[in-house]
Amino acid sequence: MAELEYKIIVGLEIHVHLATRTKMFCGCELAYGDMANTHVCPVCLGMPGTLPVMNKQALEFSILTGLALNCQIASFTKWDRKSYYYPDLPKNYQISQYDLPFSEHGYIEIPTEDGGTKKIRILRAHLEEDAGKNIHTLGNFSAVDLNRAGTPLLEIVTEPDMNSPDEVGALARELQRIVRFLGVSEADMQKGHMRFEPNVNLHITRNGEVFKTPISEVKNLNSFRAIERSIAYEVARQLHEFKETGKTLQMGNKSTYGWDDDKQMTVLQREKEEAHDYRYFPDPDLVPVEIDDAWLGEIKARLCELPIQMQQRFTKDYGLSDYDASVLTADRATAEFFNATVKQGADAKRVCNLLTQTGLKLANEKGTTVDQLGITPENLAKLAQMANAGDVSATAATAIFEEMAAAAGNPMQIAEAKNLIQKSDAGEIEALVDAVLAENTEAVQDAKTNPKKAKKAIGFLMGQVIQKSKGRANPKIVSQLMNQKLTS
Amino acid sequence: MDTVKQLRDKIAVGQTKSTDAVKAVFDHIEKHESTIGAYISLYKEQALEQAGKIDEKIAAGRPVGPLAGVPIAIKDNMCTTFGATTCGSKILENFHAPYNAHIVEKLNAANAIIIGKCNLDEFAMGSSTENSGLKKTVNPWDTDRVPGGSSGGSAAAVAARLCCGALGSDTGGSIRQPASFCGVVGLKPTYGRVSRYGLVAYGSSLDQIGPLTQDVTDTALLLNTIAGHDQRDSTSVPETMAPVPDYLEQLETPVKGLKIATVPHLNKGADASVQKALQDALEVYKSLGAEIIEIDMPHFDYAISAYYVIATAEASSNLARFDGVHYGYRSQNANDYIEVYSKSRDEAFGQEVKRRIMLGTYALSSGYYDAYYLKALKVRNLIRSDFTKAFEQADCLMMPVSPTTAFKIGEKTDDPLQMYLADIYTIAVNLAGVPGISIPCGFDEKNLPIGLQIISAPFSEDKLLRIARMHEKQTDWHTKKPNI
Repeated sequence: MAELEYKIIVGLEIHVHLATRTKMFCGCELAYGDMANTHVCPVCLGMPGTLPVMNKQALEFSILTGLALNCQIASFTKWDRKSYYYPDLPKNYQISQYDLPFSEHGYIEIPTEDGGTKKIRILRAHLEEDAGKNIHTLGNFSAVDLNRAGTPLLEIVTEPDMNSPDEVGALARELQRIVRFLGVSEADMQKGHMRFEPNVNLHITRNGEVFKTPISEVKNLNSFRAIERSIAYEVARQLHEFKETGKTLQMGNKSTYGWDDDKQMTVLQREKEEAHDYRYFPDPDLVPVEIDDAWLGEIKARLCELPIQMQQRFTKDYGLSDYDASVLTADRATAEFFNATVKQGADAKRVCNLLTQTGLKLANEKGTTVDQLGITPENLAKLAQMANAGDVSATAATAIFEEMAAAAGNPMQIAEAKNLIQKSDAGEIEALVDAVLAENTEAVQDAKTNPKKAKKAIGFLMGQVIQKSKGRANPKIVSQLMNQKLTS
Repeated sequence: MDTVKQLRDKIAVGQTKSTDAVKAVFDHIEKHESTIGAYISLYKEQALEQAGKIDEKIAAGRPVGPLAGVPIAIKDNMCTTFGATTCGSKILENFHAPYNAHIVEKLNAANAIIIGKCNLDEFAMGSSTENSGLKKTVNPWDTDRVPGGSSGGSAAAVAARLCCGALGSDTGGSIRQPASFCGVVGLKPTYGRVSRYGLVAYGSSLDQIGPLTQDVTDTALLLNTIAGHDQRDSTSVPETMAPVPDYLEQLETPVKGLKIATVPHLNKGADASVQKALQDALEVYKSLGAEIIEIDMPHFDYAISAYYVIATAEASSNLARFDGVHYGYRSQNANDYIEVYSKSRDEAFGQEVKRRIMLGTYALSSGYYDAYYLKALKVRNLIRSDFTKAFEQADCLMMPVSPTTAFKIGEKTDDPLQMYLADIYTIAVNLAGVPGISIPCGFDEKNLPIGLQIISAPFSEDKLLRIARMHEKQTDWHTKKPNI
């Protein structure tokens, strides 16, 4: 059979753990990795007679995210009970939002390969409580850990607007960057702070007719690689299945798959989406929430420039490469520190190099962010100006940066104290040049007469001068003088 | 047995010792509890210890709370850190809560002495206390008859003077109807007036805790203790929106120009003796200068249907947690986790609870939600507006509590629908969230007590209690005691 023309269609359901101090409906602190059932109370254990009380911070974090995703924020929202029986769900219902989520109809801009962006529509975002965890590693019986039960969980549902594994990966990364920028989630994939469930199918064109393959939902992915690979796998699998069976999308034939990371393949969990009846109804223990303009205004004021907007601004306004701009906007601290430094009048490219080559390395070593290294934007701007003016060499600038981080202080003072100021005095440098030329007659000969060897010879002579100056001669002036002398 | 107020006044001035009062009530319990069966659990030692401390405090002239030393009973669906909280169900027979209900904290803070926890219909579902999975309670006025329900244990305990006063919970009449059957005063406060924290939920949007007492004064006194906002219950109303007055302060002041509304078409459904008692009560108010007007409550007749959809829908979800996994009864016959659920629930829940869980599950199921649950919510709104209109015309409504007096044990157990229909006068009050009280207003030809129901606007319990007290001052029904 000839190769088929097809289009990949993917929509995503994303669960994000919010970094609130306490759980969604009780006062227990959020905790990861602690001993089982040590962060629980009668409320999150669902004991009889207990009642939930809404965590306002969780709703504010959610609204903030909704705003960043360009969603409409509802003026009236409520809580519903979603019923199903499972041991990790203590009340056997989950408090969620059904028909009146706090936000709907937005979009997220994701970066594309050509350096542009693509809009992926957001259908809705709602807030709910997470369940606990069943533990099946104890032999003959299973246990339940409810530390996670009641963690605020933001569920974001996109429209099926993504058309490649890369786009889905880009959305996942972009969303991680956004929630981190907003400070609403640590978004640590390894801790399960973000979980993804792509819905994948293909629109295959054969003889001018479009065939839609059955939709697969891949459950509970928690790494970017797993997202991209599972979708790529599904694409191949669905294509193969279509060729073999010609099966197409019917009402209700969505299948559920899991991702086997060892075998790098999706594994069928449920053939047909079972007709789940969650018996949603409004939770009578909670009151509906009215989000008035004043409150919404307060939350809007906390909104910051989004990473992708900053990234574009950095490339456009400062001429940075898309790669450099993406590194600077990977986290909010770096982006804002860069922004603040450039505002002091420093050359953006120079600041970018100092931050990406030295700052991030240092911050990483110390397990902190660049703004916490003890360097002020003012001093970094000064250092960048010194490097640009030729007062210090690039190597010296790195050394000064490290010294500023180690012992604070003004870059000029450090440069002077460490004798790192470049010599730009023409007379002094000329003497060094003359000495080097006199000592290396063979190289001088090559530079003057042998075009094949000239470049190498000049480089050698330059190096000798710099060495003689103990690295402090300004290379520009050395080069100028050298050229004069060799051509005269 | 003194009333709560009488005893508290005597204890406060040292005229009576709390220890003696507690001993006296336990002597009485020892004589009669085996007949009445009001209590699921009793805490004599703990009560005496607490009473001793109160007596010491008073002897030392230290300040004590407004219920200091008074023996009080609570319904066994309110969580306590002592003893079990059974809800009258096998599934929670050995459930020990690690927390106190809000009202338990309030009673403790007022230095009341909780002497025991009273029997009830399982999970407060029923009108006769016959649905208790743990024990049988009888009516002190006629031990062949039911005490009413679901707070039947609390009402019987107060009527038989097995405690000074008690707390019950009311989802569709569960305080007022047993109060009426047992000849005591029972108040269901406005929804949101008393915190539900620690009250094991039946119908969360309807449940409310209230007092059952020997007279109106005691109800005011107990309401003073338990009313007020609680951050742990999002549906409890902040006092900035509805302040909590001192319900005793104006209690003796009659309501001037009192206007009472009655609903003639509703009253016709009651027994002749009940209708006559209502007329007698209205005559008392007329003699005090009250004006009686007749109004219509056009949606009242739909209350039972709406209630049995909403309450059971909520119950089906509230009771889902009793699954044998985390606590409570677990079947020994289960082979996998699904069977842990199904067998534990099948073996431990009683018939009526199962019936209501199934009704509610059905009402919430996809395809039926709009026709049942949503429709019921609409009816609820209409009923609410009936009350709003009524209170624009009158200070209160008066009607029977129940169409009959206490019926015989076993008389209606085979006909649950008949039992449901008997809730006609009380259920609408819960749907509307307004306060309602039952006060003794006469006896039928079998010498069984009859209750008068008075209903008023939201958060007007102070006025409601004053109106009730006007009647009480003119009559002696509340002083009659069963001959046990």
